[in-house]
Amino acid sequence: MGVIQVQEPGLFTTVQDLGREGFGAMGVSASGAADAVSLRLGNRMVGNREGAAGLEMTLLGGTFTFLESALLALTGSDFGAALDGKPVELWSSFEAKAEQTLRLGPTRTGARCYLCVQGGIAVELFLGSASTHILSGLGGHEGRALRKGDALKIGAEGGAIHERRLTARALKELQPRKVLRVTEGPQSDWFPESARRLFYESRYRVAEESNRMGIRLEGAIVPVLSGGEMISEGVSLGAIQVPEGGKPIILFVEQQTTGGYPKIANVISADLHSLGQLRPRDEIRFERVDGETARALLREQEELMASEDLISG
Amino acid sequence: MATASGGARFEFASDQSLLVYFDELKETGRVESGLPQGEKSRAQARPLHSQIALQANEKVRKLLRLLEMDPIAGVRNVHPAYCSLLVKFDGLRLRHDEVEAVLRRYVERLEEIKLPEPRLVEIPVCYGGEFGPDLAEVCAIHGMRPARVVELHASAEYLVYFLGFVPGFAYLGELPEALVTPRLAVPRRRVPAGSVGIAGNQTGVYPFATPGGWRLIGRTPVAMFRDERAGFSLLAIGDRVRFAPISAERFGELEKEWA
Repeated sequence: MGVIQVQEPGLFTTVQDLGREGFGAMGVSASGAADAVSLRLGNRMVGNREGAAGLEMTLLGGTFTFLESALLALTGSDFGAALDGKPVELWSSFEAKAEQTLRLGPTRTGARCYLCVQGGIAVELFLGSASTHILSGLGGHEGRALRKGDALKIGAEGGAIHERRLTARALKELQPRKVLRVTEGPQSDWFPESARRLFYESRYRVAEESNRMGIRLEGAIVPVLSGGEMISEGVSLGAIQVPEGGKPIILFVEQQTTGGYPKIANVISADLHSLGQLRPRDEIRFERVDGETARALLREQEELMASEDLISG
Repeated sequence: MATASGGARFEFASDQSLLVYFDELKETGRVESGLPQGEKSRAQARPLHSQIALQANEKVRKLLRLLEMDPIAGVRNVHPAYCSLLVKFDGLRLRHDEVEAVLRRYVERLEEIKLPEPRLVEIPVCYGGEFGPDLAEVCAIHGMRPARVVELHASAEYLVYFLGFVPGFAYLGELPEALVTPRLAVPRRRVPAGSVGIAGNQTGVYPFATPGGWRLIGRTPVAMFRDERAGFSLLAIGDRVRFAPISAERFGELEKEWA
C-alpha cells in the first residue's frame, strides 16, 4: 500500500469525497468536496470511481512525498504545482515515481485545488463517507485538516494505468462562474420587491470569514420585511439566507442542517461547484432562473460529465 | 407554488429539494403559530401554543418514520424540524411534482403510523459557576434564586422535537413557563462543548464547540455525539429527556468515564 508523506500541509487541506447524504435527521450535513465537479474529474483521470477520496487544498497548497510510484491528477484551481521542481499540468494525470515530491504554492486562479491519486486516499469511513467534518472533528484524516508529518495511506482500488487528460471542450463548459444562477427561496416573498431587485442588481463581495460552512457576502444590505418571526426549518445546500443585519450568507457543504433566517434564493445545483472556487474578495452576482431551467442545466452538466469523450487517453 | 393537502403544505426549496410544512398558513404566506422560537428570534419570548407545536411535530415525526419504513427511490436526505421536513432528492430522477404526489399519499397515511415508545434519557448537568456563566443573569431576569432555576430546569420532561444545526444538537421543549428567557443579544463566538443552554421556551446541549446565542446555565460531561457509539447521537428525534443536577466533583468523575 502506498503512502503520501505530508511535508507541508498548506493552508487548509482536508480529505474529501462526495459526502454523506442521509443523516439530516441527526443534524449531520452532507459535507464533501466544495467543488465536486473537479474531484469527480480528477478521480476519473486516475481511473478511480468518481466518489473516491482525494485531498482538497484551499488557497495555498501543500508539499507531498510519495513513498512508492503513484498515478496522480490535479484539478480545480492552478496552485502552481511542480514535481521535483518540474511544473505539472492541471487536468491531466501524471506519474510520481517513488520518493518524488509534489510541491504546490498559492493559488493563481480560484479557491481550491484537488489532488487525486489512483486508489484514492484510504481513511476510516464515518457514516459511509471519507469526508472530513471539521466542526465535529469526525471523518477524513483524524477529523481534522492535515498537519506536517501526517502519513496518508493510498487505497488499493482503481484500474487503468495510462495517462489521461480532460478535453478543452469540457474544461470550457465546466469553468466556474461568477454569475451564479439561483431559484427563488422558500421565503422570497418575505422580502419586499425593492429588496429583491436590489439583491439581483447588486454585486456582492465574498467576505474573508467565508468557509465550508457558509460563504458570507458583503455589499448591498437586503432589507427583510419586519414583523415576521421564522420557525427553524431544514435548509438546502446553496440556500441564501438573510440574517437580521441584511448581509446574505450562502450555506455551503458543511452547512448547518436547519436554520431560522429567511431564504431569498437558492444557488442551482449546476452552479454549486462554482461556489467551491470562490475566494475572499471575489465579486459575484445572482441571476434568477426558474425551476425548469435549473433542472435542464443540471441535466446538461451531468450529460457532459457522463460523456465518454470528456477525457482523452 | 404552495399547495395544501391533508394538513400539509408543499413549497419549492431548491431545484433538488422541497419543504413539507405542517402549520397554519396565513394569506401573507407567513407561518403563523406560537411554536418554539427559531434561530432568528432574540426578541422577548411570546405566549406559546404548545398544543399546535406538539401536533405539528408529531406529524413531522410520523412522516419521517414513514419515509424510513417506505423509502422513496431517489430521495437522498430528510431534514426534520419543528413543524416541517426538508426533503432532498435526485433532480435527475425525480421532479418536484412527483415527489409531492408521493408525499401527499404518505401524509394521508399518517394516522395509521405508530411512533415507537419514546426512550427516556437522563443527562447529568453541573449547573452554574464556570459551567453556567449565564445562570446569574437568568436569575436576575426572573427574580429567582439559582437553586430555583436549577429545580425548574431539572423538573420538566422534555421532548426532542428534532436534531439540527450541528450533529447531535437536540431542540428540547418546552421549558417551564417561568424559565422562558430571551436569547443573548450578541451570540458568543465559541460555546464550550457540553454547555446546556436555554433560549425562548427551548433548551438544549451544545455537542461541539460552536458559536451560539443561547444562555448557558450548566454543562454536561456526557458526549452528545460520538462516532464509535451505535446511533452516533446520544439523543434521537422523539426521545424524552430529563436533566439531573450533579456536583462539580461528580462532573469530574463522569468526564473521565466519558473521555
